[in-house]
Amino acid sequence: MIKTELLIIGAGPAGLCAAISAAEAGTEVLVVERSPRIGGQLIKQTHMFFGSERQYASTRGIDIAGILMDKLTKYGDRVRILTETTVLGIYEDGMVTALHREDDYFKIRPNAIVVATGASEKALAFPNNDLPGIYGAGAVQTLMNVYGVKPGDRVLMVGAGNIGLIVSYQLMQAGVEVAAILDAAPKIGGYLVHAAKVRRMGVPIMTSHTVKAAMGKDSLEQVVICMVDDRFRPIEGTEQTIDCDVCCISVGLTPLGELLAMAGCEMKYIPQLSGTVPMRNADYQTTVPNIFAAGDVTGIEEASSAMVEGYLAGLCAAKHTGHTHTEYENKRADYIAQLSQLRGGPVGKRILDGIAQQLN
Amino acid sequence: MSMELLEKTGIPTDDMIRSAFPPVERINRGRVAVAECYQNIPCNPCQSSCGFSAITVGEDINNTPKVTFDKCVGCGACLTKCPGLAIMLVDGRNEDCIEFSIPYELLPLPEVGETVDALDRSGEYVTEAEVTQVLNQKGFDRTPIVRFRVPREHLYTVRNIRLRRGS
Ligand SMILES: Cc1cc2nc3c(=O)[nH]c(=O)nc-3n(C[C@H](O)[C@H](O)[C@H](O)COP(=O)(O)OP(=O)(O)OC[C@H]3O[C@@H](n4cnc5c(N)ncnc54)[C@H](O)[C@@H]3O)c2cc1C
Repeated sequence: MIKTELLIIGAGPAGLCAAISAAEAGTEVLVVERSPRIGGQLIKQTHMFFGSERQYASTRGIDIAGILMDKLTKYGDRVRILTETTVLGIYEDGMVTALHREDDYFKIRPNAIVVATGASEKALAFPNNDLPGIYGAGAVQTLMNVYGVKPGDRVLMVGAGNIGLIVSYQLMQAGVEVAAILDAAPKIGGYLVHAAKVRRMGVPIMTSHTVKAAMGKDSLEQVVICMVDDRFRPIEGTEQTIDCDVCCISVGLTPLGELLAMAGCEMKYIPQLSGTVPMRNADYQTTVPNIFAAGDVTGIEEASSAMVEGYLAGLCAAKHTGHTHTEYENKRADYIAQLSQLRGGPVGKRILDGIAQQLN
Repeated sequence: MSMELLEKTGIPTDDMIRSAFPPVERINRGRVAVAECYQNIPCNPCQSSCGFSAITVGEDINNTPKVTFDKCVGCGACLTKCPGLAIMLVDGRNEDCIEFSIPYELLPLPEVGETVDALDRSGEYVTEAEVTQVLNQKGFDRTPIVRFRVPREHLYTVRNIRLRRGS
C-alpha cells in the first residue's frame, strides 16, 4: 500500500496543474496516469492553442505538456508520477485501488484526492457503424500524431465542432484527403476561424447533414449521408453517397466521472456541461469533503480552463491536507478571476448556465 | 453584417471580408495586416505578438481584434501567432499586382519562383500565383510564411495557395 497526502488521478492539463499547485504549497503529491505518456489530450494536439496567453495560447498543445512537466519536476521528491497505472476504484473508507500494467494490483491511501480523469468520446448510432474504418476522432488523432500511422486515404468527418475541424486540418497536414465535414446542426459549432481554414483548403462543410448508413464488405467503402430538418429528422430524397475508407466520428465528449460516482460524490446530469458531472463548490471540492475534481470531468470545456481549474483545485486540496499556501487568498482570487474571464464571452455563456446548476 | 453564411459554410461574405481590409491607399504604401476574425471567442495572442501596438483585443479577451492600419508596419509577427491562422499581409506597392503573405503549415513548402494555384476562401482555383519568398525562422515555431504575387484584381478573392506538384 502507498500512503500519500494528495492523490491526483489523471495527468492531463488539469491533473498536472493541480500537482504543480499543491506541490508549491508544500504538499506531497502522487500523480497516477493510465497511459504511458504524460499530458492527457495535449500529447496529440499538434496545432497552436487558442485562448489567453496566460494559459499558453498560440503554443502547440504537445509543447504545453512539456512546459507543465518542467514546472512539476522543480518540486523533486515531493512529486511522484506513476504512468501505465489505472485507478480502478475509490471506496467509502477512502481506500483507492489501482492497476499497474497488466497484473500489478495495489492500494493507495491518500488524505485527499483530485480527480482529473478528463472525458470520453460520444458515439453515433447508424447501420454498420462497427465496420473497420469507422473511428472516433480521438483514435484518428492518436494514430496520426502519437504513433505516426496514417489512418486511411479519404476521410469523411462527422461533426463540425472544434475537434472535427482541427482533426480534419491535421489529416490534411498528414496528406490524407478529407471528403467533407458533416454536422447535423444548422450551424458550425467550432470556432469559425478553424472552419474558414479548412474550407479554404477546399473541404466542404455540410451543416444540416447526417450519416444514414455505412457500407462496405470487409471494411468501410462508402457512407450514405442525408439532410436533416430543423428537428434533426432525415429528409427523404436528399441522400448522397460518399466514397471513403475512413469515417471519423467527432460528435462530442462526455465527462468521465465514474470514479467520483463510486466514491459517493453527488452527481447530476447537466446538458450544458455535456453529461453527468459532480456537484461542487467554488473551490472545485465535491460533496465528499476530501475529494476535489478539475478539468473536463467537471464539464467539457477547454485545456485553458482545465489548467486554471487544476491550479485552483490543487491549491484548495493542499489546504485541505494542512498545507495552506502563503499566498492562498490572492492565488485563489486570481484563478477564479481567470476562469470568469475565459468564460466571459458568448461561447462561455452555455458553460456558465451549466455551472449555475452544478454549484452547491 | 450577417454571420449566417460563415456559420453555415465556413465562408465569410464579401461585406465581411472588405470590412477587415485596410483602405487601398494604405495597402499601396506596403505590407499591412488583415485579420479575418469575426467571431467573439476567448483568444488574444495577436495582441501581445504585436510590437507596435497595432492590434487591440482589449480587456475582454472575447472581443475580436482591431488592427490600427497606420500603426501596422507589416512585420508579420502576428501571422505565426494566431492559432486560427486568420491573419495575412497584403502589399500593393507594385502597380500591377498584390503580394500576399500567408501562414502555411503544409509540406512540402513551395520554392521561391514556383508557380502555384491561388485559391479563394472556398478552396476554388482563382488564378496563377508566383511564390516570392518563403520564411521559416525558428521563432515562427513551425508556422512558415509564404509570400506570393497575383494580379491586383484578386485582392479580395485570393486567400490560399495549392502546389501544382502535389504532395
Ligand atoms: C482535437 C482537440 C483539439 C483541442 N484543441 C484545444 C485548443 O486549441 N485549446 C484548448 O484550450 N483546448 C483544446 N482541446 C481541449 C483540451 O484538450 C481538453 O479540454 C483538456 O485536455 C482537458 O484536460 P483534462 O486534464 O481535464 O483531461 P485530459 O486531457 O483528457 O486528461 C485526462 C487524463 O486522465 C487519464 N485517466 C482517465 N481515467 C483514469 C484512471 N481511471 N486512472 C488513471 N488515469 C486516468 C487519461 O489517460 C488522461 O491522460 C482540444 C481537444 C481535442 C480533442
